[in-house]
Amino acid sequence: MTRAGSTAPAVELRHIDKRFGEVHANRDVCLAVRRGSITGVVGENGAGKSTLMSILYGFYEADGGEILIDGTPRRIRSPSDAIGAGIGMVHQHFMLVESFTVLENIMLGAEGGAILSRGAAAARREVERLERDYGLGVDPDARVSELPVGAQQRVEILKALYRGAETLILDEPTGVLTPQETDQLFRVLASLQRRGATVILITHKLREIMAVTDEVHVMRAGRVVASRKTAETSEQELAELMIGRKIRLARNKTPAAPGPPLLTVSHLSLHDERGVRRLDDVSFALAAGEILGIAGVSGNGQSELLEVLAGIRPPETGGFLLDGREVTAERPCPPAEMRALGLAHVPEDRRRLGLVEHFAASESAVLGYQRDPAYSRGWLLDHGAVRRHCAALMEAFDVRPRAPSLRSASFSGGNQQKLIIARELERRPKVLLVGQPTRGVDIGAIELIHRELLKHREVGAAILLVSVELEEIMALADRILVMCGGRIVGEIAAAEADERRLGLLMANARPLPANEAPPGGGDLTPA
Amino acid sequence: MSFDLLLLTLAAAVRLSTPLILCAMAGLLSERSGIIDIGLEGKMLAAAFAAAATAAVTASAWLALACGIATATAMALVHGYACITQRGNQVVSGVAINLLASGLTIVLGSYWFQQGGQTPLLSAGRFRPIELPGRSLLDPMPVLGPVYRYLVSGHNLIVYLALVSVPLTHWLVHRTRFGLRLRAVGDNPQAVDTAGISVAWLRYRAVLLCGLLTGVAGTYVSIAQNAGFSRDMTAGQGFIALAAMIFGKWRPYPALGACLLFGLLDAVAIRLQGVRVTGIGQVPVQLVQALPYALTVLLLAGFIGKAVAPKASGIPYVKEH
Amino acid sequence: MSPRADLPRWADIGLIPLANVLLAFIAAGLIVLAIGQNPFDAVAIMLDGALGSPEGLGYTLYYATNFVFTGLAVAIAFHAGLFNIGGEGQAYIGGLGVGLLLLRFDHSLTWGPLLPLATLAALLFGAAWASIPAWLQAYRGSHVVITTIMFNFLASSLMVYLMVNVLNQHGATNPETREIAASATLPFIHQILAGLGIPMVHTPLNLSILLAALASVFVWVYVWHTPWGYELRTVGQSERAALYAGVRPRRVIVATLCMSGALAGLVGVNEIMGVQHRLLLNFNAGYGFTGIAVALMGRSHPLGVALASVLFGILTQGGAELAFEIPAIDRDMVTVIQGLVILFSGALAHLSRPWLEALFALASRRTAALRSAE
Repeated sequence: MTRAGSTAPAVELRHIDKRFGEVHANRDVCLAVRRGSITGVVGENGAGKSTLMSILYGFYEADGGEILIDGTPRRIRSPSDAIGAGIGMVHQHFMLVESFTVLENIMLGAEGGAILSRGAAAARREVERLERDYGLGVDPDARVSELPVGAQQRVEILKALYRGAETLILDEPTGVLTPQETDQLFRVLASLQRRGATVILITHKLREIMAVTDEVHVMRAGRVVASRKTAETSEQELAELMIGRKIRLARNKTPAAPGPPLLTVSHLSLHDERGVRRLDDVSFALAAGEILGIAGVSGNGQSELLEVLAGIRPPETGGFLLDGREVTAERPCPPAEMRALGLAHVPEDRRRLGLVEHFAASESAVLGYQRDPAYSRGWLLDHGAVRRHCAALMEAFDVRPRAPSLRSASFSGGNQQKLIIARELERRPKVLLVGQPTRGVDIGAIELIHRELLKHREVGAAILLVSVELEEIMALADRILVMCGGRIVGEIAAAEADERRLGLLMANARPLPANEAPPGGGDLTPA
Repeated sequence: MSFDLLLLTLAAAVRLSTPLILCAMAGLLSERSGIIDIGLEGKMLAAAFAAAATAAVTASAWLALACGIATATAMALVHGYACITQRGNQVVSGVAINLLASGLTIVLGSYWFQQGGQTPLLSAGRFRPIELPGRSLLDPMPVLGPVYRYLVSGHNLIVYLALVSVPLTHWLVHRTRFGLRLRAVGDNPQAVDTAGISVAWLRYRAVLLCGLLTGVAGTYVSIAQNAGFSRDMTAGQGFIALAAMIFGKWRPYPALGACLLFGLLDAVAIRLQGVRVTGIGQVPVQLVQALPYALTVLLLAGFIGKAVAPKASGIPYVKEH
Repeated sequence: MSPRADLPRWADIGLIPLANVLLAFIAAGLIVLAIGQNPFDAVAIMLDGALGSPEGLGYTLYYATNFVFTGLAVAIAFHAGLFNIGGEGQAYIGGLGVGLLLLRFDHSLTWGPLLPLATLAALLFGAAWASIPAWLQAYRGSHVVITTIMFNFLASSLMVYLMVNVLNQHGATNPETREIAASATLPFIHQILAGLGIPMVHTPLNLSILLAALASVFVWVYVWHTPWGYELRTVGQSERAALYAGVRPRRVIVATLCMSGALAGLVGVNEIMGVQHRLLLNFNAGYGFTGIAVALMGRSHPLGVALASVLFGILTQGGAELAFEIPAIDRDMVTVIQGLVILFSGALAHLSRPWLEALFALASRRTAALRSAE
């Protein structure tokens, strides 16, 4: 696997240029990845790093420039060309067939013959060898749909290794992992590096870059703006390079002065259609004038919690009290009634829930409130009133362009999110549910959204903030609850929270005393 | 009911379910790859016409079979092009195919044979019943004899082909590389794409196989089961085959069971016509004719529970980058 | 790769459907050529037969009336993301409702008070026939396409049974009921025009064309200008967004499909009360499937549906004329054209897009070059 004498970079990109219509995704990108290194590529959403990696993996062909693998130019026009060049990729959203076993997934595309049984035995032996060598710990006969997320990711790595990948690209691998699973992943990467592989890590999480990479390249607006040795830089420098200006991470917050509880959740439990428990005896109270943060890796019940509290799903056992109205399985409360009680909801999935992409922005701006008499004249919808309402929202929250008739899909992610938040906040809700408010949103919009949330906290709204971004939670929340496996596993006041403690709670380990460092290194425990 | 009558009814059931079996396998292959096919009926009808027309002109059953297959495959290619390359609505394409087949068969038939859409009655160029060897040996035996004579032997070639198509389809889908990729592309086409396999070529092959099998089914209807083509002669069997496939949860052997069941119902229905049933009186002809459709609705309504289609079914594949 | 301009909105809505229809007709023309006839002659005969005389025009509009009903039915379901192929059966049963009502009351009431009652009967019966597939789709997940196809066959069987065994008056080979009293039938347009002093030849075109116009206006107002229409469109675009917005998708699905069936049922008013004046078999004669073509061609908008309905009226009437003048072209050619329109407007809808986009890019570069040269 190793080419000890070679000094050529494992991967070199020269003058890569790529346009999509008017969008200039990659501008004259020059980047070299040293063989045997773990190299990071950082940038904000839309910086062009995913496009670049897609070109490297053959999903797109660049408009200009060339790719060199081990010093020789290669034409990569498809994933099979990339695989042939020794490049493997682990995607952000796994490319696994859920109904297949691990072995079947690995064999897909490299079956070793037209009749399956002939190739299967050899495949199994190879998979078992790879597992031993890299310590990946996945059962070849397990059905992928039944594996936890961390294990699924390791199946993806196995797939790439099985096809002889010498360079492994990982695209935002830790978005769905707990900090402990992330550590586990990084140990695997170190193991890969020891055996001579090259790793390219795409991420926007600077903490991870600092922890595990040897070199890092920063991309902004389609260009590589800087390349550094990780040891010679810092998170702050990288962040500034990413954004292009100095950022202030500190947030001015007035001290918490919570009022009476407006939402009281008692022993809420829920199973999904497959019988898997999603919410397990969840209880908490949300007071007026406070922001309660729910931290936790995606998929631990937060989405279900929001759906139940918004009335989209009825509770199974237990319930909650909203402004005097008790909501239980026997007495469900539909979203329309929730809104009438003064609840507003900014959903996690803005594109599919928060607005209707084909509708004009003005129609999306009344989503959820379409029966409000303010927008009707008799039995008919008053389109004039609807448009004026949308224009007012756009003005107040600086949504661009100011075009109520423009299709909702034509707005950028940040502007869409601003419109949705404007729509919900304009109702002056007593209780506001917010899910992932700044996912895929640019820095300017993030600042505005955070400001508005804090403003509403100050006038006495009760805000439930669900977010996977720990920094966001720590910046905004007064109290933080951690969810893991559908249960509330811990509560921390914001002042006492730090990432380590929260991370441990999220992985359902025992919380540590404040002055003890968590264990690092050691053997992998299979998930 | 005497034993012989039972056997004859079962044999009729097998013959009646033949086009259903072939279409169900066809639909299964297509849908497992993620392409919904409402157009089984149209392809079958078009093939029936092509086969009957060819047989009328050439008096060769084999040539007719080839033409039937070619016609159905051509229409399948149109459907495939619309669904795969053009990423159009798959249900709409199927409806279009059905209408096209319904109209074109009459237009061309009238033009060629001047019989208002019918093809001439065939005396030659048909698939005749085949007597399997060993019949004289088994005939005298008490149970085995009649079973062999009525039920096992004496069907025409396409019936046997249809029955063989089931284990063949099962083997293809579950034991070969093609089948693995087929099932994968119906579940997660992106996974297949990133593995460097062409999603489109896989789906085209599935659609072509579908065309082949519906071609055989159509040929059977016009020149094996009957002696020529008449307007809309497939009478909705393509849709019943679709229902059987869903009933069988997109798996070959359960789908075969469903097809045999429907064939049995059809065979029994023919016997029930005009018969007085205690408590109801004379069973109206229309009720008997409506049974398969009503049963299909009942099946779709609940007896299967929630039959889960292949995950990517009906969704055109767009590279998400 | 040549630079592509995105199409302006008017081209998207107007030009592409036009291009699709053009492609369908070119394909139809090729088929006509293949059976040894001249497509341009055929088109000329069709146009003349459909529009060249008041009689032809009357028939064209009479057909168009039915197409508007079934087209609106399919269109309204499309907006909720549903495909109602059951127009055939729903039209059939709607007609049954009208027929039953008229057979009961034609001697006690005249057409004036009977018209709203008959309309109601058509709506209710049509909706009822759609209600079971509707409920099954919403609450059981049974694919509405297959259930409505089955219900088409069931409607056929039911009508045959009723006509042969229950309602048949004459015992003739073609079962039909007695004739409805003349005072209870809808006035023909030519009768109305005669009353106004304008002579016109006898055609089946009757008052129900006004009903078609009303239905179009109703659908337009309902879908785009009411909160329920908003919810309907939300369900069609994104069921999750609908849930979020407090809509109950299941109720909307059932309501929409029932409305769809009701609209298709209105064919019964035209056919039974307006033209046939009795109940008989197969008066639904393929109107349901044409409705699909009409809705696709008209992009599910009432105005588009109206225009497409007239076009298909021209095709149907012209086709009959064509089959009469050129016997070699069977009447089923119209079915073929329907299939081609559905294919090109529905499944191959984006076929012409790359060509049009390239054209526009070329045009915009030329104008830019011209401008810079000035």
